[in-house]
Amino acid sequence: MMRDVVVAFVLLNVLVLVVTYVTYVERKFAARMQSRIGPYRVGRPHGWLQPIADAIKLLIKEDIIPAMADRPVYNLAPIVFLIPSFLIFATVPFAPGLGLADLNIGILFFLAVSSLEIVGLFMGGWGSNNKYALLSSMRAVNQIISYEIPFVLAALIPVLLAGSLRLSAIVQAQSGLWFVAYPVIGQLAFAAFIVATIASENRVPFDILEAESELVAGFRVEYSGMKFALIQLAEYTHMFGVSCLGALLFLGGWLGPGLPGPVWFLLKALFIFLLVTWVRWSFVRIRVDQILRFSWKVLLPATLILVMATGLWVALRSGHVS
Amino acid sequence: MADTEARKVIELGYGGNERLVMNMGPQHPSAHGVFRMILTLEGETIAAIDSVIGYLHRCHEKLGETLTYAQYPSIASKTDYVAAMTSELTYVLAAEKIGKIEVPKRAQHLRVLVAELQRIASHCLWLGTWCLDLGGALGGGATVFLYCFREREMILDLFEALTGARLLYGFHQVGGTRYDLPEGWAKRCRDTVGQIDQRIDEYESMLETNTAFLWRAQGVGVISKELAQEVGIAGPLLRGSGVDFDIRRNDPYSSYQDFDFEIPVETAGDCYARYRVRMQEFRESIKIVRQVLDGLPEGPISSRPGLKSVGQVRIPKGEAYARVEGPRGEVGCYLIADGGPKPYRMKWRGASFSNLSILPHIVPGHKVADVVAIMGSVDPVFGEVDR
Repeated sequence: MMRDVVVAFVLLNVLVLVVTYVTYVERKFAARMQSRIGPYRVGRPHGWLQPIADAIKLLIKEDIIPAMADRPVYNLAPIVFLIPSFLIFATVPFAPGLGLADLNIGILFFLAVSSLEIVGLFMGGWGSNNKYALLSSMRAVNQIISYEIPFVLAALIPVLLAGSLRLSAIVQAQSGLWFVAYPVIGQLAFAAFIVATIASENRVPFDILEAESELVAGFRVEYSGMKFALIQLAEYTHMFGVSCLGALLFLGGWLGPGLPGPVWFLLKALFIFLLVTWVRWSFVRIRVDQILRFSWKVLLPATLILVMATGLWVALRSGHVS
Repeated sequence: MADTEARKVIELGYGGNERLVMNMGPQHPSAHGVFRMILTLEGETIAAIDSVIGYLHRCHEKLGETLTYAQYPSIASKTDYVAAMTSELTYVLAAEKIGKIEVPKRAQHLRVLVAELQRIASHCLWLGTWCLDLGGALGGGATVFLYCFREREMILDLFEALTGARLLYGFHQVGGTRYDLPEGWAKRCRDTVGQIDQRIDEYESMLETNTAFLWRAQGVGVISKELAQEVGIAGPLLRGSGVDFDIRRNDPYSSYQDFDFEIPVETAGDCYARYRVRMQEFRESIKIVRQVLDGLPEGPISSRPGLKSVGQVRIPKGEAYARVEGPRGEVGCYLIADGGPKPYRMKWRGASFSNLSILPHIVPGHKVADVVAIMGSVDPVFGEVDR
């Protein structure tokens, strides 16, 4: 019990720190893509104190609550938004035995909790009593419902291959060959997983709920100060969490030569994060109807077929079907 | 309770019938200036659009009556501040038309040179901001935006070397131009347009193979040929709808007939067609700039002596309309002169103003996201709309 509390406390703090610096990595990466320098002034070298400075700035900013807002809902929303994104890390094994709880249904827990995020998002959009926010949260519900299904289906493929819902067992099953390296199935599943990740993360080209050129800032348009910081933190934590999931499911988690396990794990998660970031900074946003059409008519059938093909392959390999 | 009273007013304002009235602007990330759209939405689809303009009105036409022919050209550049050279040119052309003032060949060619460089700079800004509208400041749009600004900066550097100013130039004056090319400028200009030529290829290969971009641009905001002519839009919008009309060729001014260039025309009429027209115009402008630099005639740059006082330029009684093909379409200036140092009356025809009137015809029926795409492809500059 005591051990769990300590681990949870350490994990939470390390996570906040890591996620803060993940934003820094993204900013530097994006700047490189756009032939800029990125954060440079705060802290030498290369503005490494910028995330800390941003956090302090947001802390001391005025907290504004719109007069017509639904106050309890409005105030609660950032917290409801934040909790699931930290909760998903409960089941993530960073290395053998290094994790809070290695549930036997780890991936199920992960997927279930991660989609809870939408509740906080919708509360924020509704509680702000702002038309932009409302429109944005309606879009969000649409989109998350559409993309959770292909997301789950893509995540099911490694489960089928490993024959377990336990995340550490899925990693162990990749000790021979990472799932992404499985011929055809692995690559297609990984691609589908990345697309679904971008969509369920609401990143460009699927960021219709933030859509700053139409809806200004979407559901968080009325949030300021620390509440805004919480929403931002939650978003990036969720983002990083899903990148971790991708690393576990497809890239063999902590497995790798030379370096210690957690380092490998972090590098792989960062790789997926940067992959998503790369897409983000090189695509334009697609429209809400196109997003739904793409999900239901392309991604969902494709992942469904992949799951069936994987199932067939696994059955053939294990000799249940002759 | 006052709270519930206020709430009732707001709810009644929705207009019932499950329609949502949403205000976009005048302060909005993609308003391209200060433009207000009142959108009536049914779900995500737009049922009606009301445009509200006038937030940037600076009494330009009254200013034109109170400033002399020597003073106003540098103010004229503030109407369309993205293409300042164009509006200056229009004003001095109108004055020269009334006064029947000859302009030396070298000055005419210099005018063409800066007008085409200005077109490149203006289209750079258009491409950047349009992609920003499509992709948002936190996505691929920002990437294209920053690339385009890099190219626009190079042209602004050229203008700075030529006139000393980066945005509002005061380059033209009645009778010619105010500045001649400095030493080494021609070579620098040639290098710059060469570089931009390469970058245009990069943009095209970057955008035209990007599925998301094509999804957002193709088939959106279609303007039919008939509608385009009826509403009176001009410039790349008109040519994107299949009307082959360009003042540079149909009614040449400032020796445009000396140069060899194509007028790009697309027939689809959607955002993508307008994009294609502008991308080809980049190339044509570069072609014209090269031709000017190759065959720039020697001689004076102005048919009038240098200015010593602001009231020195006097235009005889008369009236005239001069028009110029600006980056956004036909920019016109109507002048009535009464023989004094100031015009009696001046009227601007802003290309952006006329182009904006297409919005209520094409926006309804589209999704919210398309409004910004269409707005961006219309490319309005609100300095020119409100004047």
